[in-house]
Amino acid sequence: MARMTVAAIVVAALAAATIPAAPARAAGRTLLNVSYDPTRELYQALNPLFAKEWKQETGGTVDIEMSHSGSGSQARAVIDGLDADVVTLALASDIDAIAQKAHLLPPDWQKRLPDDSTPYTSTIVFLVRQGNPKKITDWPDLIKPGVQVITPNPKTSGAARWAFLAAWAWAAHRPGGNAQTAKAYVAALYKHVPILTTGARGSTTAFVERGIGDVLLSWENEADLAQAQLGPGRFAIVYPSSSILAEPPVALLDKNVDRHGTRKVAEAYLKFLYSKPAQEIEARNHYRPRDPQVLSEYSREFPPLKLYTIEAEFGGWAKAQAKYFGDGGIFDQIYTHGR
Amino acid sequence: MTTRTRRAAEDPVAMRLICIAITAAFIIVLLLLPLITVFAQALAKGLGLALSRIETHDAWTSIRLTLIVAAISLPLNTLFGICAAWAIAKHTFRGKVLLTSLIDLPFSVSPVVAGLAYVLIFGMQGWLGPALRLWNIKIIFALPGIVLATLFVTVPFVARELVPLMIDQGRDEEEAAVSLGAGGLQTFFRVTLPNIKWGLLYGVLLCNARAMGEFGAVTVVSGHIRGLTNTMPVQVEALYNDYEFVGAFALASLLALLALFTLALKSLLEWRYAGEIAATHRH
Repeated sequence: MARMTVAAIVVAALAAATIPAAPARAAGRTLLNVSYDPTRELYQALNPLFAKEWKQETGGTVDIEMSHSGSGSQARAVIDGLDADVVTLALASDIDAIAQKAHLLPPDWQKRLPDDSTPYTSTIVFLVRQGNPKKITDWPDLIKPGVQVITPNPKTSGAARWAFLAAWAWAAHRPGGNAQTAKAYVAALYKHVPILTTGARGSTTAFVERGIGDVLLSWENEADLAQAQLGPGRFAIVYPSSSILAEPPVALLDKNVDRHGTRKVAEAYLKFLYSKPAQEIEARNHYRPRDPQVLSEYSREFPPLKLYTIEAEFGGWAKAQAKYFGDGGIFDQIYTHGR
Repeated sequence: MTTRTRRAAEDPVAMRLICIAITAAFIIVLLLLPLITVFAQALAKGLGLALSRIETHDAWTSIRLTLIVAAISLPLNTLFGICAAWAIAKHTFRGKVLLTSLIDLPFSVSPVVAGLAYVLIFGMQGWLGPALRLWNIKIIFALPGIVLATLFVTVPFVARELVPLMIDQGRDEEEAAVSLGAGGLQTFFRVTLPNIKWGLLYGVLLCNARAMGEFGAVTVVSGHIRGLTNTMPVQVEALYNDYEFVGAFALASLLALLALFTLALKSLLEWRYAGEIAATHRH
């Protein structure tokens, strides 16, 4: 028996040694796209089409590997060495962090591609329960007594930061509105938030699966997806009078693609995201396409509404990030005060 | 001794029933019901669909990765466990108490901390990251990092099983073997190993269950690349977040089955070799 145990251990060790390690990435053939949570379905649809086009144009094959998690933690992983060729994250400040802390791309990366490097946009909408029992139609309804609002933690979630700024912009633009009234509104709003989840997917699951809350502040694409995948008719999307133009940007990481020898294919991949067929796929996956023609084709899915931009309203992400979401920033002030 | 045990067994009937009821309630509510829910969710839309979700490329590669990680960490932990237990139980040396408590470290440190520690050492902003990149060696966000994280959390299992056993058995038999002219290796394989084999096997089985199931430490260093660096538990979470509930619970069921299989194997061995096990403990 002792012999057998030893033999078993030796066999296990040998087996471990002979199992081939994860396949090595052949230079120029594989791209790693590090993305955030809700884009899985989108890139699952986009990647095969790009591989096909790349094959037609160059005769070469390309495999695209995907990594999904919360946008902020993905940026952190790339900074710590997750070997991405391209990043497609939820907001610019996450890619700014990669530029500042790991110097994998230049600080002005966002000017390198059209439309501030965001081939598709989204916005923040309200998802309510069937029949809209709490009669929620616009931002003021969120702070009525007895209404519970579900939104993730702005410290960790991209969607939550967009939602925070959408609420702020609406309040600041009311008649007689200013920074003071906006802060008061947002403070009141977060008193109606019973739990802060870490990511957008977590808050969607809390709202949809676990039945918590009356209204979910959600990515438009996430709300559409939740409706489609988790039972149409159980929920309804409410478009508020104004929201924010959420721009999830894309970028290639210069240092990494040059080391892998994948610059050409990475550039083509990002350019492809702006092409007509890709814009069609993005629209079908509930992202607002930049191409005006494709957008008008899908206009029924994307009702027009007043969208404030981060650039005009808040002076860009670099400023907004520090002012609203940094340590001791406005979110910290209002969220601790209410407790 | 005998009379005292008998008196304990003759506790008031109510007392005994309450104890049994509390234990049973805990096990049913905290262990059995959740486990049954996992299987029920996996099979909610039929066995065929559950199986088809396990056959997808990403699920399959996650199973393969988990098995590879276990196959690497088990022999290493076995070797370490035997060495550590041998040193602690059969020898006296300076720092023995310290070494004994250090082995327990992974039990008390949160796995997330272990994962982050490896990121700090091998990450690009860490001590060794830049040098490793220069030589094109991947540790974190690749197989070696996942193995390291798994090793960290599973290190105590074999040693913890063996140390008390070997202390119990003392050094008499080894000394007898040596005095009869046996060499070191001969003594180990002929005397020590047969005496500890049951404890060793038990430790290895526990270690295996933990290695396959580890989530916290692994998720920090995995990089979440689908079909490449997602182990089974990490893939379960990813699928759950994708609203792929059938897939998530099917894979979770498979993990649970692996654990139940381990448990069954252990019970079977204990039952089959009950006499022999009692003998090694009585030494």
